[in-house]
Amino acid sequence: MATLAKPENLVYQRPKSFTDVTTHYCPGCTHGVAHRLIAEVLDEMGIAEKTIGVAPVGCSVFAYNYFDTDFVEAAHGRAPAMATGIKRVLPDRVVFTYQGDGDLASIGMAEIMHAAGRGENITVVFINNAIYGMTGGQMAPTTLPGQKTTSSPNGRDVELQGYPLRMSEMIATMDGVGYVVRRSLHDPKNIRLAKKAIRMAFETQVRGLGFSMVELLSTCPTNWGITPIESLKWVETHMLPVFPLGDYKITTSVAEIKI
Amino acid sequence: MAKELYEGNQAMAEAAIRAGLEAYFGYPITPQTEILEHLSRRMPELGRTFVQAESEVAAINMVYGAACTGARVMSTSSSPGMSLMMEGISYIAGTEIPVVLVNVMRGGPGLGNIAPSQADYNQAVHGGGHGDYFPIVLAPASVQEAIDLMVLSFDLAEKYRTICMLIADGSIGQMMEPVEMPEMRPVVRRDWDWVVNGAMGRERRTLSSIYINPPDEEVANLRMFKRWQDIQKNEVRFKEYYLEDADFVIIGFGTSGRVALSAVRAARQQGIKVGLLRPVTVSPFPFEVIEQLSSRVSGFLVVEMNTGQMLNDVLLAVKGRVPVEFYGRLGGVVPFPNEILDEINRMAASTLSLAADPRAAWYDRMIAK
Repeated sequence: MATLAKPENLVYQRPKSFTDVTTHYCPGCTHGVAHRLIAEVLDEMGIAEKTIGVAPVGCSVFAYNYFDTDFVEAAHGRAPAMATGIKRVLPDRVVFTYQGDGDLASIGMAEIMHAAGRGENITVVFINNAIYGMTGGQMAPTTLPGQKTTSSPNGRDVELQGYPLRMSEMIATMDGVGYVVRRSLHDPKNIRLAKKAIRMAFETQVRGLGFSMVELLSTCPTNWGITPIESLKWVETHMLPVFPLGDYKITTSVAEIKI
Repeated sequence: MAKELYEGNQAMAEAAIRAGLEAYFGYPITPQTEILEHLSRRMPELGRTFVQAESEVAAINMVYGAACTGARVMSTSSSPGMSLMMEGISYIAGTEIPVVLVNVMRGGPGLGNIAPSQADYNQAVHGGGHGDYFPIVLAPASVQEAIDLMVLSFDLAEKYRTICMLIADGSIGQMMEPVEMPEMRPVVRRDWDWVVNGAMGRERRTLSSIYINPPDEEVANLRMFKRWQDIQKNEVRFKEYYLEDADFVIIGFGTSGRVALSAVRAARQQGIKVGLLRPVTVSPFPFEVIEQLSSRVSGFLVVEMNTGQMLNDVLLAVKGRVPVEFYGRLGGVVPFPNEILDEINRMAASTLSLAADPRAAWYDRMIAK
């Protein structure tokens, strides 16, 4: 790649923990942002060499192509179980899962809840965009009331299809959890806060302070059927009221971490 | 080493420890729970990993993750739990990593009961999970053999980067016998060139069962099939009893093979020339020896604790050369030696037909009783 800037002027470049490939994500999708934040954190902490990622089933099924770390590919929803297996035999490595809302909050509900309940010393990055992306826009457990999807064509009817699940709130009730927060990727300020949260989650893990999870409100312009810019706006106007941003659990020992 | 009295489940658990088991993930289910209980005590005291998972689904995926690091790992279950594991088993097969599993089979289908059964033969031997894969499946007929095969299963799984499954039944798991335990082998973390354990000073690695490009998946399928051909060539194991001069040969695996041996001995005392072939590897199946026998004996009797699942493999090997008869007990019922002796006497006294459907004929005899 041609060097366009002198090193002293360089303010933005590909993180070292990223592979030099084009991602398969749709234009305007925030998976790329979330990936980049993780890679930046791995770089800053200097832990890429001892990190093992666990990819999910969903749009981010190919996440293992984009991080320059060891990776395994889990079955749908089972990433926290697979991560448990890895972390238990390699406790000095850093193990993280990257999961969408269908993977984590629907088919993988048992695995995520029990990994948190056991206080597995792993980090979970949870992408909540209120829809199934890879299969083409079906209703997710986090789909908003009234939201139209290909499997709730008249809008999610809470009488028939229930209500959206708030995972961070539920997981925060468990004693084995060190750090659970919800952030959003809809504007630069929130992206900066999201990165700080991801850093805190990995810091929680390397200090052995318990289960850590960062829920990231994300977009899906393709399946929402609106433009990327409208999608960012939609997160703010529609998702934030249902999924309030905030720190759902930060234990005292995690709160003492200075970064 | 001196003989000790061991329950089958505890014996398999202890044998796995002696074989260098580094991590165990499981879920309680009768009639194999003593494996989990034994390991819950022994693994932590040896500084090894034990996790009681939230389900068999989670347990097999924990096994999947731990196996990706090169650790010797195992899970165990019984029939309904094995059904839940089939998803993970397929993924493990597709990722081509070594994993050891034990199924202490019980009566089914569905919730069934907790009595000994062999009704998961097809699930274990002919798939169960989705996709093209070929596991090694071993069938012990005694507590000592369960111990010996437990140790062997780790070596086979690692040699071929494959799943090796022990199918015992509830009686093997629950009964106590005097046995000799193997020496304690140290835990050895293998550092194969595919192991995922952090890319320290090397290129990153990924382990996955995904081949999004169909021709790539075909290459992987062919690689797995080649490995299976090697396994078929190298790893067929069986036990022979009184086959040299046998007119009739009984074929049975695990407990039904063991019960059949008592019947064969009784029949020999009556002067009936009958022998026993007991497959130890039901996958790879001992096709060749059965084919050879079929050219010199006058008939076979297949005995199983199911409706004739292995019978189909025997019929494939015999290729219609001589009559094959079947005797089965179902639903958690274990046959007595005299039931099998009656079958031997019947076969010795009658003219056997090549045309008869062995399963249908057996059913008619069962109903007539």
